[in-house]
Amino acid sequence: MTRKLMEGSEAIAEACVAAGCRFFSGYPMTPFTELLEHMARRLPEEGGTCINSESELEAIGHAWGAAATGYRAATGSTGQGLSLMQESMSEITRAEIPIVIFNIARGQGDYFQATRGGGHGDYRHIVLAPATVNEAVEITQLAFHLADKWRHPVVIYGDYLLGHTAEAVDVSAVDFGTLPDKDWAVDGRLGGTGKSKNINPIGMDKGTKGIEPARFWRALLEKEKKIAVEEPRFEVEGADDADYLIVTFGTLGRFAHTAVKNLREQGYKVGIFRPVTLWPFPKDALIEAAKGKKHVAVLEQNAGQMIDDVQLSLLGSVPITGIGGMSTDPSGFGVGPILDSDLIAARAKDAFEGKDVDAGVIE
Amino acid sequence: MSDVNDKLRVIPTDKPPTGACKVVGSFEPNLAIIPEHDLCPGCGEPVAIRQMLESIEDLGHTTNAIGVVGIGCYTAFTSLMDVDLIQALHGRAPSVATGAKRMRPGNLVFTLQGDGDMVNEGLQEVIHTAARGESVTCVLLNNGVFGETGGQMTSTTVLGQRTKNSLDGRDAETHGYPILIADLISRLQGAAYVARGSVHDAKNVHKTRRLLDRAFESQMKGQGFSFVEILTMCPTGWFIPTADGPDFLNDELAAIHKIGELKRDGILVDS
Repeated sequence: MTRKLMEGSEAIAEACVAAGCRFFSGYPMTPFTELLEHMARRLPEEGGTCINSESELEAIGHAWGAAATGYRAATGSTGQGLSLMQESMSEITRAEIPIVIFNIARGQGDYFQATRGGGHGDYRHIVLAPATVNEAVEITQLAFHLADKWRHPVVIYGDYLLGHTAEAVDVSAVDFGTLPDKDWAVDGRLGGTGKSKNINPIGMDKGTKGIEPARFWRALLEKEKKIAVEEPRFEVEGADDADYLIVTFGTLGRFAHTAVKNLREQGYKVGIFRPVTLWPFPKDALIEAAKGKKHVAVLEQNAGQMIDDVQLSLLGSVPITGIGGMSTDPSGFGVGPILDSDLIAARAKDAFEGKDVDAGVIE
Repeated sequence: MSDVNDKLRVIPTDKPPTGACKVVGSFEPNLAIIPEHDLCPGCGEPVAIRQMLESIEDLGHTTNAIGVVGIGCYTAFTSLMDVDLIQALHGRAPSVATGAKRMRPGNLVFTLQGDGDMVNEGLQEVIHTAARGESVTCVLLNNGVFGETGGQMTSTTVLGQRTKNSLDGRDAETHGYPILIADLISRLQGAAYVARGSVHDAKNVHKTRRLLDRAFESQMKGQGFSFVEILTMCPTGWFIPTADGPDFLNDELAAIHKIGELKRDGILVDS
């Protein structure tokens, strides 16, 4: 195993290449830009294509067309750029296009965007949130696997710190097992046979007029149900003997680990639960981890978004307090004061002792 | 009886007729799975799509074509056209086609869009795709109105034309001027072939077929972006009698959106 020091953006780009991604399209935006730069450099070397798109609307359209031909394709931006992509994200979920979409975001305020989606209609796509660059290398490759396995878009939700922190990483290809043939992909070969394909988001078939909405929706919802059962991923640590639990995700997971260590040294038995899949949310695992706890603290860098999923999972069985908040530096890129394990430990302690924790803005 | 798919379109004279009437040839395009449609009487889109399908077939791309379809009345044809298709969002087909062509450069990749789709919602997409010189062919069916929603003004509606949201006729002061999209695209360096045809009479249907052939040939020669705008009748959306469609097209639309080739082999055609 050779490890090489790389910043997150480069490591993720290398992980895309290792996963066989050969198409990328994107529009520069901080802190996503470096991922685009690395892809623009690396993909041509691997015989692939990277388009410097003229907008995020076009970027996801490019990836849509590339993925529809059966090749592994990705796009990305920050949360702002993903806002522009929402219409397509909704459609590609129903059209079953396996694209990986990176949100190298400005903080964690896009949790709702990632897990609820801002597009029209009924849809759910997979969302993975790595905490470290090393984890991102594996999760990036897993994302392409899951996208192909389910014919479903997958969002990877990172942030400034993930994209710009350098870690020693080993970017070898990970084998996640065999996948079904992409016999649905378009290549033109069945033209004129009466069996040509039509990759579309409304369940339209060739050779028949109109659609059968019930059949289409049943199949889609069955698939999403299966994903919800089979794919939840999470990290849990020190929850067995703990009185308290901190639930957090993404980059904050790193800081929470140090905070939990501090709290344990002060005599508070605290465990940590970190969803890796934000959708499907690892509800059953959280119920298990929270069993018998006196208090659950939810740590996130926003005004309180994931806390909804925690509450929906635990349904009032244990007191739940948000200990995160809006927190950014003047650049707006999300490198805020909350990224401080001592502050996190202090706020968790307040929550566990029943004191008020200001969940608005952390300066 | 002769094969109904036979291209023969003249009455055979080598033997006597066997009955009072007989099928002497089929006028169904081979690349239509179901050779009938549900669009309005007098609509020009089926005629235009037929030319496109026959061009694909005759140029030998039946098993090599990938189409990306926008959203409008013509979208009803996605289940009828027997070529591989990707259904795009309204206006976004050129980007999807770009992605497909980049990964499958050997395929004939085309879009099928209307004026609402391409010139209103997705103008940026087609302009950038043309400017990048992507090796795809965009086919625009331009009837100057939103047909599917019932006849509202688009960016190509000509001045004076009455639509449901320009009841007194489009006037420049209130609604601005129409965009002559083929003219605009022809000025972009990445565009190799640009033409505007029409399907309002037999002569122009035949000419349009040739424009489509040239656009597809240009793509497969790797010349860059190719573009065929086809003016189509929409008597329903124009609020005129069905039979008046061709004349209205000729007198109103084609007076502003001039029929002809604008660019060949990357060189502007003198008008």
